[in-house]
Amino acid sequence: MLIKFKKASDALGSEITPKSVFDRRREFLKTAAVAGAGLALGGLPSFSARAAREKLSGVKKTKWTAESLGPTDQPNDFDTISSYNNFYEFGTGKKDPVANAKDFKPLPWTVEIGGLCGKPGKIGFEDLIKPHALEERVYRFRCVEAWSMVVPWVGIPLADALKRFEPAADAKYVAFETLFDPKRMPGQRGPVLDWPYKEGLRMDEAMHPLTILAVGLYGEMLPNQNGAPLRLIVPWKYGFKSIKSIVSIKFESRLPKTTWSGSAPSEYGFYSNVNPTVSHPRWSQSSERRIGEIFRRETKMFNGYEEEVASLYAGMDLKKLF
Amino acid sequence: MSVVTTAVTDAVVAGKKNSPLAQRIKRDPIAWIGKPLVWAVCLAPLAWLAWLAPTGGLGANPIEFINRHLGDWGLRILLVSLAVTPLRIVTGWKQAVRFRRLIGLFAFFYVVLHVTNYVVVDHFFNWREIFQDIIKRWYITVGMVGLLSLTSLAITSTKGWIKRIGGRNWNRLHKLVYVAGVAGCIHFIMMRKGFQIEPLVYAGIFALLMSARLIEFLRRRFFA
Repeated sequence: MLIKFKKASDALGSEITPKSVFDRRREFLKTAAVAGAGLALGGLPSFSARAAREKLSGVKKTKWTAESLGPTDQPNDFDTISSYNNFYEFGTGKKDPVANAKDFKPLPWTVEIGGLCGKPGKIGFEDLIKPHALEERVYRFRCVEAWSMVVPWVGIPLADALKRFEPAADAKYVAFETLFDPKRMPGQRGPVLDWPYKEGLRMDEAMHPLTILAVGLYGEMLPNQNGAPLRLIVPWKYGFKSIKSIVSIKFESRLPKTTWSGSAPSEYGFYSNVNPTVSHPRWSQSSERRIGEIFRRETKMFNGYEEEVASLYAGMDLKKLF
Repeated sequence: MSVVTTAVTDAVVAGKKNSPLAQRIKRDPIAWIGKPLVWAVCLAPLAWLAWLAPTGGLGANPIEFINRHLGDWGLRILLVSLAVTPLRIVTGWKQAVRFRRLIGLFAFFYVVLHVTNYVVVDHFFNWREIFQDIIKRWYITVGMVGLLSLTSLAITSTKGWIKRIGGRNWNRLHKLVYVAGVAGCIHFIMMRKGFQIEPLVYAGIFALLMSARLIEFLRRRFFA
């Protein structure tokens, strides 16, 4: 049983602010002062988003650490990551999810596994996660709205979980759905999107070692506003691909319908790989603002994971299949 | 208005009802009470930003927050300026028109701050990227149309300009405020993702204010 309470003294490495982060905080303040942009100083939320936090135990380090990302990609702090969210199920404003998901109780949670696989059926959250060792993955996170963060997720490789359900040979895609429950998710009472939220990956994307099912953040259970209790993280794709609060995983032979590409097909493609050369009708994708910084930085191909994932798309015209 | 005027006059002059100040307020309450009130109300959203900034109230992405806030208030104040004429039509209060230019200039003020924030803080004078935005991203193109309309109104808002181009032409030119209103509403609708109610409420209010004008026009044309 991996998910249990832990003594407060059992601190994860990720909880200790590395010196480089502390130094960059100074740098940020200095830049702000020089720019004379006093208005930009308000980086921290005035409230604490840290309600009812449960620690995760047995989280093992991986090669994806803050150190491996280098000094210009250091994790954003917990309050930032958990108070600036796009989660339309809890409202369309960035501060809506933290306010409206306050009383959401994620557990108990059941995920339906279906489609072309040997072991379909319903599985509880703990039975889904329990057989796997929890891993810390510090990843860049790039939103299609041209902002980005660095986030220390805790999760399991999606591939390991999917293999247990014995995907069939003709299963080419994996389709995911978010919980639909307007009583608990007030944003779903309006017609903002075609609920429930749907996402999908090609099988090789789903099986890629970078792709994880995240259950935690900074060594603790995922905050509700970040997609508790279970969400996808695909770090080389725009954030909306990383579907939150998953209740359904299905293996399919044909390209699954996804919410945003259904809502605005010219804006959001199925792949939605981070790509600075494919301009979006709303946002230039060539640059991004790292949350906590004033000046934009250049966006990297596949969000900086080109070496790991470019081979998945060999021979594809990524301008057409955006 | 007269009730407010009397109350404010009494408060300001504290009993000395025949003092020079009291005389002036009574002679022109719009200039002495009404307009200062408009100034105070229209500057409040800016003061609110200044209040939030040091307390962290701007959230994790202050630049985005500031941009939304300034844009919201630009559109709101523009709609208020467009409500002056319908207010006159409905209530018959002719003096209302004296507030119109001031309110309109405040709308322009917020729109200019909104665009300045976009150019200076968001993109830091990256003109290549800004130019690309204007030609490629329709909601920014539409926003620019609104900005240009409002700029031409602001420049020609003085008495000198009314004389120079003549009242009739000036009135025609200032119909551009409707273009700015349409542009503002569309800009807001386009910039939201999915199907969202809030920008449609603004568009609905704009449509209502325009229909008040249409009804008045038809009434004068056919029934007056």
